[in-house]
Amino acid sequence: MTPTWAQVAYLAAAVCFILALKGLSSPRRARNGNLVGAAGALLACVVVFFALDLHHVPLILGAIVVGSVLGVVGARRVQMTQMPQLVALFNGVGGGAAALVALLELQHLVADGASDIATFDLVATAFTLLVGAVSFSGSLVTFAKLQELMTGRPVTFPGLAIAFGGSLLAGVALAVVLVLHPAVWIGVLLAVVGLVLGALLVLPVGGADVPIVISLLNAFTGLSVAAEGYVLGNIVLLVGGTLVGASGTFLTKMMASAMGRSLPHILFGALKGGSTLGGGEVSDRPVRSATPEDVAILLAYAHRVIVVPGYGLAVAQAQHSLRELVDVLGEKGIEVDYAIHPVAGRMPGHMNVMLAEAQVPYEQLKDMDEING
Amino acid sequence: MSDAVGWLTIFALSVFVGVEVISKVSSTLHTPLMSGANAIHGIILLGAILVTGTSDSDAVLAIGLVAIVLATLNLVGGFVVTDRMLQMFTGRRRPGPRG
Repeated sequence: MTPTWAQVAYLAAAVCFILALKGLSSPRRARNGNLVGAAGALLACVVVFFALDLHHVPLILGAIVVGSVLGVVGARRVQMTQMPQLVALFNGVGGGAAALVALLELQHLVADGASDIATFDLVATAFTLLVGAVSFSGSLVTFAKLQELMTGRPVTFPGLAIAFGGSLLAGVALAVVLVLHPAVWIGVLLAVVGLVLGALLVLPVGGADVPIVISLLNAFTGLSVAAEGYVLGNIVLLVGGTLVGASGTFLTKMMASAMGRSLPHILFGALKGGSTLGGGEVSDRPVRSATPEDVAILLAYAHRVIVVPGYGLAVAQAQHSLRELVDVLGEKGIEVDYAIHPVAGRMPGHMNVMLAEAQVPYEQLKDMDEING
Repeated sequence: MSDAVGWLTIFALSVFVGVEVISKVSSTLHTPLMSGANAIHGIILLGAILVTGTSDSDAVLAIGLVAIVLATLNLVGGFVVTDRMLQMFTGRRRPGPRG
């Protein structure tokens, strides 16, 4: 049994996660918020070694070191433009870990006597296995799409809808079987169905919709961690996972509405035959193109300039050149602001990160309501 | 109150807290928020440590160690990359290069 002092420490870690999310919602406190979250996680992971008499401690610590080194190297090396696929990768491995933990705990429970397992524990285990596996394979496919290891366009084939519906039914059926007759091999089968389901869910999504799906899978992983927290009777996992599940779902909705799209449309639009790559409406407003000389003259005589950066800036890595241009304008006494569309860049809010990388002052970054108001 | 209901209560309250704390986030911070939330569910590491530390067979131990590596990658990598992003938002008080 976990001693009371350790339970209190777990509660403290859970509170840290709430404060972390709260901090992350405001630009000034965001960095501290993230550090509070990391401190909470560290606290919980140190406490577990002292609270329980664990075996194989050297091997466990070794695995943690390996994971930490890989994580830090990946996080430090990645370019800001590659942020979406890194988040997808980290999310995927988290979902995979949740599914593996659920499988091992199932083995543990079955070994103790299959008939003694509470139904609720089995429901939660089935949920973690299925959803964790969906998150794992779905995230890896989005990673492959964003890293351009495969086409970024929607992938569909005849019968995709039937295959998806079939695996969904198979997943639910296997989950019911697992609850009625708990056995490890059924759990493995359920996880395999989850892997297929995750890939089928993500394949028909393409283009700018992919980051929205990462956010959704992020929420999925959160919920599977919460369910496993219930099985293990661990409050940090339950609260942390639920927080991510709830806020991730809400964030997904906010991102989708910022793009003017609905979630069902993003996920299943390609299945109905329509492309998921935008509405395809052709504007009849004229487009004015200009040479660099024209732009230079125009900017030099302006009083106030508003820069509206788009996806092309991100791809061309031109944020540093832009910053230099704005500095020159600033020296001439011209007032410059950046108007950032909520979903400019490769994922919502991504443009702000890239401009921040080029040391653009936060005060100059205006969102849509601010610049129009 | 039964044990299961107690846990469900915590779950239900956490859902509302999760939505409430991020309901006023500006779109500027969507990417770091997603990345930070992503790091938080890396706490599955704790679960991985628990099942690995109580394993009684080599197969369980091996799978458990894989789960630990994956979970640590999620947890540590997630927090580090989020910090790197946020550092650029808040940490530019240092004097930049002047030309």
